[in-house]
Amino acid sequence: MSYARIVWAHLCKDLRLEWRSKDAINGMLFFSLLVVVLFSFAFDPTTAVSRQIAGGILWVALLFATVTALNQTWTRELRNSVLDAQRMAPAAPSALFLAKVLANFFFVTAVQVILAPVFIIFYNLHALGQGWLLWIVLPLGTLALVINGTFFGALSLRTRNRELLLPLILFPISIPAVLAMVEATTAILTGEYDPGLWIRLLAGYDVIFTTISLLLFATVLHAE
Amino acid sequence: MKRLLWIAVPVTLALLVQGFREAIFVAPTEATMGNIQRIFYYHVTSAWMAFLMFFLSFCASVAYLMFRRSQPFRAEAADAFALATAELGVVFCSVVLISGPLWARPVWGIWWTWDERLTSTLMLWLIYVSYLLLRRFSAGAQSYTLAAVLSVFGFLDVPIVYMSTRWWRTQHPAPVIGGGPNSGLDPSMWPAVWWNLAAWFAWGMVLLTLRYQLERKRQREAQEAALHALESDLALGSQER
Repeated sequence: MSYARIVWAHLCKDLRLEWRSKDAINGMLFFSLLVVVLFSFAFDPTTAVSRQIAGGILWVALLFATVTALNQTWTRELRNSVLDAQRMAPAAPSALFLAKVLANFFFVTAVQVILAPVFIIFYNLHALGQGWLLWIVLPLGTLALVINGTFFGALSLRTRNRELLLPLILFPISIPAVLAMVEATTAILTGEYDPGLWIRLLAGYDVIFTTISLLLFATVLHAE
Repeated sequence: MKRLLWIAVPVTLALLVQGFREAIFVAPTEATMGNIQRIFYYHVTSAWMAFLMFFLSFCASVAYLMFRRSQPFRAEAADAFALATAELGVVFCSVVLISGPLWARPVWGIWWTWDERLTSTLMLWLIYVSYLLLRRFSAGAQSYTLAAVLSVFGFLDVPIVYMSTRWWRTQHPAPVIGGGPNSGLDPSMWPAVWWNLAAWFAWGMVLLTLRYQLERKRQREAQEAALHALESDLALGSQER
């Protein structure tokens, strides 16, 4: 089987599992909705203020929601020793990783598509900058969260308190990416400065961490 | 090794005393900041030591990943070295993060500001604390591999963190070396810097040696315990037969 077909097979399996249970998407959606509501109580924003803070709230909500889903993405493979079977399979381990990343990317994007209108209504938003750039920032930011999240999910899988450990190691590494996505989103919403630099930083971050994750995933999967 | 420590510890103590003398009594009082500037001799030397330790930890982690299949014994030594340097790096980085605000409060009028060097140093500290947490939460040989992988990730993150916070904002004084014109240090202050650097380097090396040996001992004991368990299993098996 070619590499692409292995990735496709893994991806179909993950999508089918999610389609039958809908655990990840439902959980993430409700969780991020709660965070958005809680933040509006905490800050009680006016329209001008909400434009300043909406980018930060959106990404922090998504970051927390992603972690709740990512904790499940690998524990699902532990049941019935599926992961051990996959370690013995003569397929490239990075294909498994890539498929998981694509599946998680798809789930988080689905959450964003539903969350965005709610967000716009609750915070009375309309972009003063170039709104179409959000179509670049959102996928790049999601990829940055999902790449590292999926990788560290696999890394913390065989540790004690793995559900606690994942955010503890994911957040410090993701800080530059979070900074870039928040700054880019705020720049687009307020239109006060140019988001180009932050979008390039985000793209660079994605390229670097996708490469290193694909290279090191086999090491993590076979860690004994 | 023990005899070497008998020499190294008194030398280190003497260097620390001399560094203290140079920094507090010999070096001239800074014109605008006054005596508070003397904290600089500890702040900057600790920062250099922290970067050195994190770099060594990264190198040891890469060595572990390279040798873990071909030369397992050398790889274990590399892992012990990576752990010892990471812990010492966190200690030095904590000194930087504590001494910085102590200086900033009288000079800038604020304890903390989210500027490029402060933020990236804090991020560095967070990354290596998470590395130590991962080591604490995982057990056995797999913990070595997982920690080494995280160390590589963390080290790759450092330049990105630095660039991103640099674009974000800047307030820290320019570095004393290669910081452009008007940013250098008065020549009469350099001896205090070198003496303190030597003293804290020696202090770091003594602690590093002790911590490394402790970790090697723990690894040996874990191996012996595993071997012992295996042997008693075998003995039990032959009795049953």
